[in-house]
Amino acid sequence: MEKVMAFTGDEIAAEAMRQINPDVLAAYPITPQTETVQKFSEFVAEGRVSTDMIRVESEHSAMSACVGAAAAGARAMTATSANGLALMWEIIYIAASYRLPIVMPVVNRALSGPINIHCDHSDSMGARDSGWIQLYSENCQEVYDNLIQALPIGEDRNVLLPVMVCFDGFIISHGTEGVAVLEDKVARNFIGEFKNIHSLLDIDNPVTYGPLDLFDYYFEHKRQQVEAMEKAPEVVKKVGKQFGELTGRFYGLLEDYHLQDADLVVIAAGSTAGTVKATVDELREEGVRAGLLKIRTFRPFPQKEIIQKLSKAKAVAVMDRSASFGAIGGPIFLEVRSALFEEQKKPLVISYIYGLGGRDTGINQIKQVYHDLAKAAQSGKVSQLVNYLGVRE
Amino acid sequence: MPSLKELSTREERLSRGHRLCPGCGASVIVRQVLLATEYPIVAASCTGCLEVATSIYPFTAWKIPWIHSAFENVAATLSGVETAYRHFKKLGKISKNVKFVAFGGDGGTYDIGIQALSGVLERGHELLYICYDNQAYMNTGIQRSSASPMGAHTTTSPPGQAIPLGKVEQRKDLTRIVVAHGVPYAAQASPGFYNDLMKKVEKALNTEGPTFINILSPCPRGWRYKPELSMEIAKLATLTGAWPLYEVENGKYRITYKPGKKRKPAQDWLKSQGRFRHLFREENKELLKKVEKAIEDKEKELFARAGEEI
Repeated sequence: MEKVMAFTGDEIAAEAMRQINPDVLAAYPITPQTETVQKFSEFVAEGRVSTDMIRVESEHSAMSACVGAAAAGARAMTATSANGLALMWEIIYIAASYRLPIVMPVVNRALSGPINIHCDHSDSMGARDSGWIQLYSENCQEVYDNLIQALPIGEDRNVLLPVMVCFDGFIISHGTEGVAVLEDKVARNFIGEFKNIHSLLDIDNPVTYGPLDLFDYYFEHKRQQVEAMEKAPEVVKKVGKQFGELTGRFYGLLEDYHLQDADLVVIAAGSTAGTVKATVDELREEGVRAGLLKIRTFRPFPQKEIIQKLSKAKAVAVMDRSASFGAIGGPIFLEVRSALFEEQKKPLVISYIYGLGGRDTGINQIKQVYHDLAKAAQSGKVSQLVNYLGVRE
Repeated sequence: MPSLKELSTREERLSRGHRLCPGCGASVIVRQVLLATEYPIVAASCTGCLEVATSIYPFTAWKIPWIHSAFENVAATLSGVETAYRHFKKLGKISKNVKFVAFGGDGGTYDIGIQALSGVLERGHELLYICYDNQAYMNTGIQRSSASPMGAHTTTSPPGQAIPLGKVEQRKDLTRIVVAHGVPYAAQASPGFYNDLMKKVEKALNTEGPTFINILSPCPRGWRYKPELSMEIAKLATLTGAWPLYEVENGKYRITYKPGKKRKPAQDWLKSQGRFRHLFREENKELLKKVEKAIEDKEKELFARAGEEI
């Protein structure tokens, strides 16, 4: 039923978007997202999608046009990276608060300044409080799988939230891999139809979008957004299971790798999870009880599952591909550590900031992390809470 | 153009009870615009007086579908709505002929929203953009915008000893910038001449491609005059040459109203509002002349472009 073909991350994102066939796509070029939109433009030019494309003059307008299109009942998409996401900032909050399930590939790239076009997660991590669901992808296959699942997740009537499908710039976006792709019919059937019951184009039932909302109602509306996010994990799991039944690739909020009996656990999101897996394989051969806990869903944050998954670990390293200036450690670290606070028996937790601006992070560095973890587990103490992996000090 | 009697039987699409100030030009403009056509309309507004005063949750004054998302993006937002409409039309999912109208203030249009507006004009979306131009950031408390005329007292261009003129710079000629995009129809109108305004709206909505009308929106609070005088002020702007009425069809300028014998000196315009009061101080004589001349020159330049005599 599935066909395996070679794609780069950008190409497979475009291929998924071709199958999704959104009603409206509004986009603006930015490295390393560009190839996705270029490829999609070819599909439009060749008539392989019925999408109406808006070649906007900025990312701010891309997200604004998506808001307008989605409010008019359209399935609306865009794609971006780094500064493009930063320019959208104002409107991504608006998209979420209007409960418009826009789906957006975010090809992770370091935010300026200084300007840098390579991968880190500072862009999407900065948007973590915007009200978007965030799915992180380890490889090209997951880019495809996450994009196909993003629509039924975001458009679920109990959720109605926009979804970012994040994948690492260049490492995934420009790396070629074999990807199993569903037949168009099967993919489209899985995605289903979208119906916005409050469409601006329903002339006979006029709706007002975006009124002034003051101290007497705003808080309740924010509370509803929180609730939608609280309902999302069940939907993410349900859709991940249905997708697994279709493809054999099952998805949840997290993925674990040799975690069952692991004393030493690394937590990572994105392509580095793959490097961690390779490291775990090597360490296991040496008899080290190493494991990986991969974050697929960072928003909503899977607190319950993380507590459960770490119940046997002795020491945990949380790898963040972004810095949170002035905070003690990276954003994933802060939330993981906070999640464990109430637990009687909890592992030592150490923060590692790595790979900023595309700095390569290889197996040797990750081995160093496991080595640190082993020392901490043995001594029962964390010697350095926040570490910068691979930086010249 | 239907008769006034006929217009009075048309359904109002902006309800009463909104919270715009007494004498505000914006609501009059919206009502005139929406009365000018019987097409179903989907409207959008940028952040500003009109938006905050017509949509205080859980109330809305809009009897038609309406969206606001932010300050600088009404053009882009509505372009998304319009594209969705064209898409559904193409797929046969919508049969009605719907028109799209954006309402932006001068801050949201001349300044922070000019990029999104320019994008929409260049891409050729089927929508009418109305700028209700009250010549300053009125919603935040009368700060100068690039639409504020030279000599205007605003809260960020107050006249003082070092800068006695108030706003020093000339207004941005936005309509000309719009025309430079090669749009099929652009115009300038005033609610004081409702016939002219509504004809222009009708024409714009029946023109293929993006259209634009810049409409003077008198603001009693910001311009400092009595609220009941708004329509008089709106007329005076045209009679004194401060706000000429014209349209540009496919690049060709046409003056749609010539004051003729009703013409009044530019000074009458400046005298009618408190925001220019400082210009009438004895020591500011030369500044007054400079501001008057700026108004006169701008009007002359426009008439010349239209190939007409003042």
